[in-house]
Amino acid sequence: MRNIWTIARKELNSYFRSPIAYIVLGVFAVIFGFFFYSILSMFIRQTFMQAQYMQMYGAPMHLNVNEMVIRPLLMNLSVISLFLVPMITMRLFAEEKKTGTMELLMTSPVTDLQMIFGKFLGAFFLYAAMLGLTVLYVLLLFRYGNPDWRPLVAGYLGQLLLGGCFLSFGLLLSSITRNQLVAGSLTFTVFLLLWVIDWVSEFSGTRMGELASYLSLTTHIENFSKGVIDLKDAVYYLSVIGLGLFLTARSVESVRWRA
Amino acid sequence: MIDVQGLTKRYGRTTAVEDLHFSVRKGEILGFLGPNGAGKTTTMRVLTGFLPPTLGKVTVAGYDVMAEPLEVKRRTGYLPETPPLYTDMRVDEMLAFAGRIKGVSRRELRQRIAETAEKTAIGDSLHKIVGHLSKGYRQRVGLAVALIHNPDVLVLDEPTAGLDPKQIIETRRLVKSLAGDHTIILSTHILPEAAHTCGRVMIINAGKLVAEDTPENLTARLQGFETMRLVIEGPEALARERLARVAGVGGVSAMPEGDGRVEFSVQMQKGRDSRKELARAVVESGWGLLELRPVGLSLEEIFLKLTTTEDPAEAEVAAPESSREAATA
Ligand SMILES: Nc1ncnc2c1ncn2[C@@H]1O[C@H](COP(=O)(O)OP(=O)(O)OP(=O)(O)O)[C@@H](O)[C@H]1O
Ligand SMILES: [Mg+2]
Repeated sequence: MRNIWTIARKELNSYFRSPIAYIVLGVFAVIFGFFFYSILSMFIRQTFMQAQYMQMYGAPMHLNVNEMVIRPLLMNLSVISLFLVPMITMRLFAEEKKTGTMELLMTSPVTDLQMIFGKFLGAFFLYAAMLGLTVLYVLLLFRYGNPDWRPLVAGYLGQLLLGGCFLSFGLLLSSITRNQLVAGSLTFTVFLLLWVIDWVSEFSGTRMGELASYLSLTTHIENFSKGVIDLKDAVYYLSVIGLGLFLTARSVESVRWRA
Repeated sequence: MIDVQGLTKRYGRTTAVEDLHFSVRKGEILGFLGPNGAGKTTTMRVLTGFLPPTLGKVTVAGYDVMAEPLEVKRRTGYLPETPPLYTDMRVDEMLAFAGRIKGVSRRELRQRIAETAEKTAIGDSLHKIVGHLSKGYRQRVGLAVALIHNPDVLVLDEPTAGLDPKQIIETRRLVKSLAGDHTIILSTHILPEAAHTCGRVMIINAGKLVAEDTPENLTARLQGFETMRLVIEGPEALARERLARVAGVGGVSAMPEGDGRVEFSVQMQKGRDSRKELARAVVESGWGLLELRPVGLSLEEIFLKLTTTEDPAEAEVAAPESSREAATA
């Protein structure tokens, strides 16, 4: 346990020693801010139209902060992480292999799994910090609106799980090369493919669509965004994370045999 | 402390180390000598548990590296060829991380950092960024990292590579002072280094053991013939003929130096000291004797003779016994 923590702390510190953490957090804050602004202003425009609507139809328009602001925001969040996670994970193993510090880790009394969990946690903390930024925006909503907090908590939980999946596969791809750039681009390509699978899943009804929708990481996020914490979805995400870490362990072990 | 039985390591098709046997007693310093690609680094990586052996049994500090790698790693400090340092950390952060990951307890960590920093003379740079240090300092930080958990066994891959002469001497002194408490195995290309620091030297080439002995014995064993260097002012052909007739001389080769001077290299038979006869022969012939001195084989020459096979005849002359012994060993 102490080993995992030692390595996680080391990873987190090194993010903040290099520009990576600041770039990731900065880019994220700007992009998220833009989405926040545009979604919110659309919502506000609709509230203004509320009065007109009342006069015309005699009934209030259905307006809900949760459904109209928070849910689309959270869905956008997963797309942003798709782009930013490769930046977080690409260095995790590739850099250590390149600079030779892998030799220090692998000749220390640390098991491969401890090393992998430690690195995963370190990256996860940075990802969580990134999500943490969005809490500031969301607090604004509480100030001016009256959103329901339950779907928010569920939504964030879903985002954390989804991010964990991205991170565990990013970690895997970082472990197969000593070149950060290769690791980063590979991860990015794989995530793009996932996104394409997402599109395909929109044409549900066809076989392809069903399969894609099952495989798609983001379809499982929808329940969370609606405020429904379904064990099935949670188990799905946890197994994907587990699979990523397991494959990483295999990859690290094979490096030991080949290198 | 270290026991290696039949170690073979292959990378795919290439065999880096083949059927290596050796052991190191507690408190001993073993020097590992060999040209580039001899398999030194590979052997050390197996000892430290970084690479699994293809064949053979390797025991370090009483534990099998394959069966109980964590126990071995707890008791081993390793300085690889390139010191494994995080260039973005400060030196003290680097040492703290290394200490934690090697299992130094929180209570002792601070003290261990201070102690190793003092031993490796990096106390003045503890707050510098590792990436800003000179190569020599990085090497020392690497050594401190290897020492941080006070390991029983130290494995040092070319510990003095890239250091200035003063630091080389200091590092050698440090390594020597560590022996006794620690069992040390170090690799080097530089022979005087092995001669100075190591109690025993193993010479390997192309993954195989070529010779193993104390540096003194190795030198003595290889010097079947002693060589004299003479510089004479006189006619080359005549002088060569005259020298060859002196009792105890095995062979003479000449190298004109210009100005009527000739340098002779005279091979003496084992155990004969014919310096007086040589001097008399030159002086009585009326030539000028400008220089006469014995040339022992330097460790470099021995090393080359043992590890290169380009000129087997010469190697045979220089090392008739040892190569036979090595072949049967
Ligand atoms: N990862 C690897 N993959 C394939 N072959 C390798 C690998 N590492 C080393 N070798 C080969 O194994 C042999 C021994 O290499 P090793 O690094 O052990 O030599 P060395 O004695 O340390 O040399 P040097 O003095 O240059 O450091 C060499 O022929 C080398 O090419
Ligand atoms: Mg080497």
